[in-house]
Amino acid sequence: MGLSKLNSLYREVILDHSDHPHHKHALADSTSTITLKNPTCGDVINLDVKLDATDHIEDIGFTGDGCTISQSSASMMTDAVMGKSKEEALHMAKTFSDMVMGKEHPQADLDQLQDAAILSSIMQFPARIKCATLSWWALQRALMREEDQATKED
Amino acid sequence: MASNVTDFTQDFAILNQRVNDEPLTYLDNAATAQKPQQVIDALTHFYQHDNANVHRGVHTLAERATEQYEAARAKVQHFINAAEPAEVIFTKGATDGLNLVAGTYGEAHVQAGDEIVISIMEHHSNLIPWQQLALKKHATLKYIGLTADGELDLADAAQKITDKTKIVALTHASNVLGTITPLKQVAKLAHQHGAVIVGDGAQAAPHVKVDVQDLDVDFYAFSGHKMMGPTGIGALYGKRALLDATDPYQYGGEMIDFVNLYDSTWTELPWKFEAGTQNIAGAIGLGAAVDYLEAIGMDQVAAHEQHLVDYLLPKMLDLDYLEVYGPHNPAKHTGVIAFNIKGIHPHDVATALDMDGVAVRAGHHCAQPLMKKLHQVATARASFYLYNTQADADRLLNAIQEAKEFFSHGSVEAK
Repeated sequence: MGLSKLNSLYREVILDHSDHPHHKHALADSTSTITLKNPTCGDVINLDVKLDATDHIEDIGFTGDGCTISQSSASMMTDAVMGKSKEEALHMAKTFSDMVMGKEHPQADLDQLQDAAILSSIMQFPARIKCATLSWWALQRALMREEDQATKED
Repeated sequence: MASNVTDFTQDFAILNQRVNDEPLTYLDNAATAQKPQQVIDALTHFYQHDNANVHRGVHTLAERATEQYEAARAKVQHFINAAEPAEVIFTKGATDGLNLVAGTYGEAHVQAGDEIVISIMEHHSNLIPWQQLALKKHATLKYIGLTADGELDLADAAQKITDKTKIVALTHASNVLGTITPLKQVAKLAHQHGAVIVGDGAQAAPHVKVDVQDLDVDFYAFSGHKMMGPTGIGALYGKRALLDATDPYQYGGEMIDFVNLYDSTWTELPWKFEAGTQNIAGAIGLGAAVDYLEAIGMDQVAAHEQHLVDYLLPKMLDLDYLEVYGPHNPAKHTGVIAFNIKGIHPHDVATALDMDGVAVRAGHHCAQPLMKKLHQVATARASFYLYNTQADADRLLNAIQEAKEFFSHGSVEAK
């Protein structure tokens, strides 16, 4: 087999996001901020979210270190949730978590994920699912205002 | 092959398989080693024929189980050249043994203002127990640094260890840098200042001949599973005088002498430290692993791994896109080789290697302070054992090359 299977994981759009991540910066005026670690590899994401008066995501940004999958997933996540209401964003996070675990979802839900939907291919690489979900978990935690909680070290 | 280490395909069925349609190249031995059929058979035989609890039955199976359990202890004793079997305590593994020392001897002897000295290359298992003990006791934790090429800095050790030092805890072999530390010299330094020395042998005992009397270590902990034994079993060596003077770690069955309503007395070594029913089959499996290694000879094991490092390390150093950690001199490097492909995250590298059937670790290797020192979040790590071959080294090199090309082009088909 060799590396040909890798093509399904590292699609061009994923590599683009990883090379040129969107919204990779801290926010000076965030309403919620969170730091999460991937315990298996030490990857870190700091996520800043700014909600407006109507609980819509006015701005979002992330910083941190990570692999191609975690960086591109964070970039695609920020694209997808920008401008969305808190409830919509939480629903998208659930859709994403279910998708990478192989659960069926209405096409409309998957469309809403935009580029992020392409990460459904991660299913074939179980060891990498955590890389893809890290930023979405961070989003969930930030929106639920569990500030500055970190996952446990291994 | 530079030794009588020849063909292991008979003994390690697990290695004869394809992973992702490629032949498995298992290079994650620093995490855990594969088990030879002889170890698997020893476990099966025990459960099929001799299973009983030890030290407390008068029936025949209890006799057999006890005899085999204590025979395993004697094998471990000879393996590390302890003076007597009573100095070998069965544990869950190296982590358990190190926590035992910190929780008993350390708890009793470290006071406010004392010093505990460890090194910057420690695995978390030989770091956190001492860090927490120091915090609890208001003692000072000090770190011995590294030389420029990643070896333990002996001059720094001589500075850090003082008359205030009560415990020095040092790994015998780094799980990241691939170095053997000068444990014997550091033990001497510790003793000159009246401190005890604790050796972490998790990465050394499986690969080199260990002689605890020659090293003159006071305690020495290691795991069975990294030396082809089962998981959940390990051993802690301690000098008799120290173990005798130390209170038990846990209380319960097996470790008592007399139990009264309001006080109890403890049984003799080593059972004083083995409360409750132990991992009997695991100990017997560890004994079988010792038999297996000794039949080959630890000198042969070390020579074989050195031969592989002599072949592989210069080739890795020749690749300008590769960063290799630890000493660049193969003679100073064990079969643990941590590396990064520049610009590519090690997690991505490990996935690519896995597609070529090559199993390596990627991460911080439970050595976060060392990672910070190396200015790395994580690295990939290939680690070899006696069943690995030069062909495995070639497959690793080839997989590294393919991974580099894949991530440079974004695809295996050049565009």
